[in-house]
Amino acid sequence: MARSPRYLRRRLVNGANLSMSVLGTLFGLFWLVWLLWTLVSHGLRWLDLSLFSQSTPPPVTPGGIANAIVGSLLITLVGVVVGTPIGILAATWLAEFGRHSRLAAVIRFVNDILLSAPSIVIGVFIYAVVVARFGHFSGWAGGLALAIIMLPVVLRTTEDMLKLVPDQMREAAAALGAPRWRVIVTVVYRGALGGILTGVLLGVARISGETAPLLFTALNNQFWSTDMNRPIANLPVMIFQFAMSPYDNWQHLAWAAALLITLAILVLSLVARLLIHSRSFVK
Amino acid sequence: MSQPDTTLTHAVSPEVLAGAARAPLRKTVIEKPRLSIRQLNFFYGSFQALRDINLDVAERQVTAFIGPSGCGKSTLLRALNRIYDLYPEQRATGEILLDGANILDRAQDLNSLRAKVGMVFQKPTPFPMSVYDNIAFGVRLYERLSRSKMDDRVEWALRKAALWEEVKDKLRQGGTRLSGGQQQRLCIARAIAVKPEVLLLDEPASALDPISTLKIEELIAELKSDYTIVIVTHNMQQAARVSDYTAFMYLGNLVEYADTSTLFTNPARKQTEDYITGRYG
Repeated sequence: MARSPRYLRRRLVNGANLSMSVLGTLFGLFWLVWLLWTLVSHGLRWLDLSLFSQSTPPPVTPGGIANAIVGSLLITLVGVVVGTPIGILAATWLAEFGRHSRLAAVIRFVNDILLSAPSIVIGVFIYAVVVARFGHFSGWAGGLALAIIMLPVVLRTTEDMLKLVPDQMREAAAALGAPRWRVIVTVVYRGALGGILTGVLLGVARISGETAPLLFTALNNQFWSTDMNRPIANLPVMIFQFAMSPYDNWQHLAWAAALLITLAILVLSLVARLLIHSRSFVK
Repeated sequence: MSQPDTTLTHAVSPEVLAGAARAPLRKTVIEKPRLSIRQLNFFYGSFQALRDINLDVAERQVTAFIGPSGCGKSTLLRALNRIYDLYPEQRATGEILLDGANILDRAQDLNSLRAKVGMVFQKPTPFPMSVYDNIAFGVRLYERLSRSKMDDRVEWALRKAALWEEVKDKLRQGGTRLSGGQQQRLCIARAIAVKPEVLLLDEPASALDPISTLKIEELIAELKSDYTIVIVTHNMQQAARVSDYTAFMYLGNLVEYADTSTLFTNPARKQTEDYITGRYG
């Protein structure tokens, strides 16, 4: 029985499928490793403390990227502060109140479109309604564009996480006589906390690398500035400009900045993964 | 959204149904009932899960609802604190009288009803917070207690639920880290802590091992002196052990209701006899 033709065939098919999936995995990992290796080999030697202490220099002059780091942090902060509460509130409505309603289905559909909308379109949109109206590029406009990109990410993950909290939990809290809002805030949110946090972190990771929407909104700034009413430096646009320049020192800074951004996103994703494993209600 | 298991798993002949409707019910008179259910009908959307239920629940006694899966016993229990109200497609008609008022009335305040009528579910449902906060959660809804009074209340409830000795050093630990049996007693403690008058138990031991089940049953016997208890169980031995009155339900009808020893030793209906002797269900 062990050597029957049918058994051999099964082993062959199994072996073929297994090798194909291993090859597929290796193919995906190959590009990722290559990408990381390129970043590290070109960027690592330019990573030093002056990056964090000096602003972007003129060509052929030593300098750092402190203004771009701070600008990126500020713009991202605005994106998170605006996008997160709206996303969480909308997700709460979808998961807790409108779950089966037609409106909820429409909102989910629109949200999915927004989730996959090209980010340049969002940049152009903010350019039209904010930048063009106020007559100048600004950090605020950049933050707003990032908020719109972040919103659907937070909304989607938060809704999924809220739905993972079992209905029995809501019933148990309601059976004690807790009003609906209290059930949601003290029991459901707490149960989904790890997942919601993960969604926010994934959203941050997503927006911290966006370039296209910032080109149309925050633009860039060669100098140190924390004035959100004016164009402000940021890592993605800075990388774009410096990498395309003919000057060696600018190109080096671009490599360093690219490595820095990648490392930051890597750390964020790792934290998000740890959170989803440790804090989430669904283990 | 989930709803209790109401699928009809037992094909039933028209004669049996007609018989159920025609034969006279043994009259079970309960002096001073705590809850009176009158002409209760219950619907999941267009599906009728309960038909004309009439039943009195005795004060400070244990009343058990038994019957095969889908017979409506859980549905009946869930009508008693109107927990079904969470789901818009579920509705009940008829009357359930508690302290002279019909709790099915639209004007009934649900939170105060649920303060009076507590509930424990089939699966343990500790909230994602500490053991202490699990108990304090319900209390804080109704009372503002000082720190020390709250400590006392938590200890009182945990002692009542026979859990204190096991968790007194773990009050700050997550409630979900207790064992299944401990979690269920935590849920009972949580329900007791708000000082309800009626306690609804929906198959409280069906997810537990035999030792935890025994503990829960002992607990029910003790709690009976203070609370009116209604328990749903698909375990007939359990109903026989813990309850004073038993209602046998089948296909959304109340087939027979009597004091437990009568129902189990001398059932008036053939259906009841078939069920308790294990011929179906």
